[in-house]
Amino acid sequence: MPSNKYLFLVLLAGALMVWVIYLGYASHMFRNMQLGKQMLTHARNCNTPLYTPSLLNGRKDVVTVTPWLAPIVWEGTFDMNILDAIYKPQNITVANTVFAVGKYVQFLKDYLESAEQYFMLGYRVHYYIFTDQPEAVPTVTLGADRRITTLKIPGSDRWQEITLRRMEMIENLIETQLVSEADYIFCLDVDTKFYGHWGAESLSRLVAAVHFGFYSASREHFTYERRPESQAYIPYGEGDYYYGGAMIGGLVREVYKVTKTCHLWLDMDKANSIEAVWQEESHLNKYFLYNKPTKLLSPEYLWHGPYAGNEVKIIRFTQVWKDASKVRPN
Amino acid sequence: KLQQCVWWCGCVCVTCVYAFVCAYLLICTYICVCNSRKDVITVTPWLAPVVWEGTFHTTLIDAIYKMQNITVATTVFALGKYVQFLKDFLESAEKHYMQGYRVHYYIFTDQPEAVPTVTLGASRSLTTLKIPSSNRWQEITLRRMERLEKLIETQLSNEVDYIFSLDVDTKFYGHWGVETLGDIVAVIHPGYYSTPRDDFPYERRSESQAYIPYGKGDFYYGGAVIGGRVEKVHKLAKTCRMQLDVDKANSIEAAWQEESHLNKYFLYNKPTKILSPEYLWQDTKYITPDIKIIRFSQVIKNYAKVRPNP
Repeated sequence: MPSNKYLFLVLLAGALMVWVIYLGYASHMFRNMQLGKQMLTHARNCNTPLYTPSLLNGRKDVVTVTPWLAPIVWEGTFDMNILDAIYKPQNITVANTVFAVGKYVQFLKDYLESAEQYFMLGYRVHYYIFTDQPEAVPTVTLGADRRITTLKIPGSDRWQEITLRRMEMIENLIETQLVSEADYIFCLDVDTKFYGHWGAESLSRLVAAVHFGFYSASREHFTYERRPESQAYIPYGEGDYYYGGAMIGGLVREVYKVTKTCHLWLDMDKANSIEAVWQEESHLNKYFLYNKPTKLLSPEYLWHGPYAGNEVKIIRFTQVWKDASKVRPN
Repeated sequence: KLQQCVWWCGCVCVTCVYAFVCAYLLICTYICVCNSRKDVITVTPWLAPVVWEGTFHTTLIDAIYKMQNITVATTVFALGKYVQFLKDFLESAEKHYMQGYRVHYYIFTDQPEAVPTVTLGASRSLTTLKIPSSNRWQEITLRRMERLEKLIETQLSNEVDYIFSLDVDTKFYGHWGVETLGDIVAVIHPGYYSTPRDDFPYERRSESQAYIPYGKGDFYYGGAVIGGRVEKVHKLAKTCRMQLDVDKANSIEAAWQEESHLNKYFLYNKPTKILSPEYLWQDTKYITPDIKIIRFSQVIKNYAKVRPNP
């Protein structure tokens, strides 16, 4: 009889909905969202002087250490006071390199102004701006103990060319100047802006940032270079994380090794007429696979767009929206 | 007939939706589940990793350290009746401790003849160092820092990369490998890893060099394990020894002897890596759910029978 069947159907649907809701509630996803909210409160408490370290209470919704025991830096996992007490006495200098070629000079103002608000405050910072238009570098009021050096480099009519030469430029800069001037270096993309604190918690021997697009993906989906002809080749089944090319950091001598090796691999690829799928980012990922970073920055440190993810409680540094056709030479 | 069709369509739709949502949730869980522990904290507020089972891949870490051709020195003190613990310590170390790496044991003892003969693996050696005994166990434990300092100065600097100073009244029960290596490594005392900081048995008398006031402190570290790079451990041993000397001159002995001074040192010189209580347990303790494996544990002993004094 039709009405009984409909009734049965409705009851079945109802039971299934209840089951699905229960599954969803019990699953990691929803639990993590709840935890995440609790942890944000915890995170805010982290930087108050009365914060007590604990082995059992703290941020548990994210992975805070890699399988080779390098810490992954998330909001709520570190105490600024303790870290500043470790690093401030070391009287360090942090170099910050950025490339602004062609129309990319338009990003410099926001980049520098926001860096002056959030990047390594209280430390000695030396910006190195690589540009083909030194006159276009904006005048920005810098804080105490912070300065800018502009370095003129040739432009190019291929954006891939510009990004590929960065490794070589940074390698030369370190060889000629930084090795005696700076302790740590961060190589960042310029089409970006700081929105939140970026401090001494990011310092370590060799620092990489987890790419925002891949932090919860499994390794088959990473856009590694998959052609064995390229030096950047990483076969399926291998790989730890997908690191963003927009951030390389660490001790000057360690980053020197990164740039030197990547430069070598880029030259080898060029000689073999092959360009890695994501240019230097592909080579960087290869490097970090075999030379594990000693510290990873969570996607808070390399985000894209204004909307945070569930686990990403604070956006510190993000790529700004740009119309690619308007800023790229090709 | 139309109604029957609708009925079957409805059933199929509902089943499809159900299957899809289930699959989505399961896949989401699979992708979001990472290879790590979510029940414990795996990094300190100064971003030093805390080593728990499930947080590291032995293969990955071995790949990093095997290339470096390292030597790990391991010191133990076995005086008076404590020599009885040497056999189990060494035999279990040969099974679990730094397997596949070059290890050099340094046994400080007042009875070199009592050091048992234990079959050592390849690339592993043992040196016995004779030191005078004492009729106070506190005295023995207090002089360890000085001995460690001198050993590093005289013998270890060139030959050895890392050093661990371990208590002898212990036994290895599980894997202890290069995941424990770091610049300066401390272990969480098993008795205090979930207690609030004001309950830590820090030295609370301001007259002692080991004094830590209430409201301060990160963790309570166990004195039974100190590790790290040789030069860093030397600095630790030297500083603690100097502070112990000052206390002695002022006729004060810290609540837990060198462990109190160690905790003071680690408060102002943060360890770069912390070992979870898996790396220092006590055989007498009930195993809590967050401890997935016991690697190294203090054995049950009758204090009256092993200590020269109460």
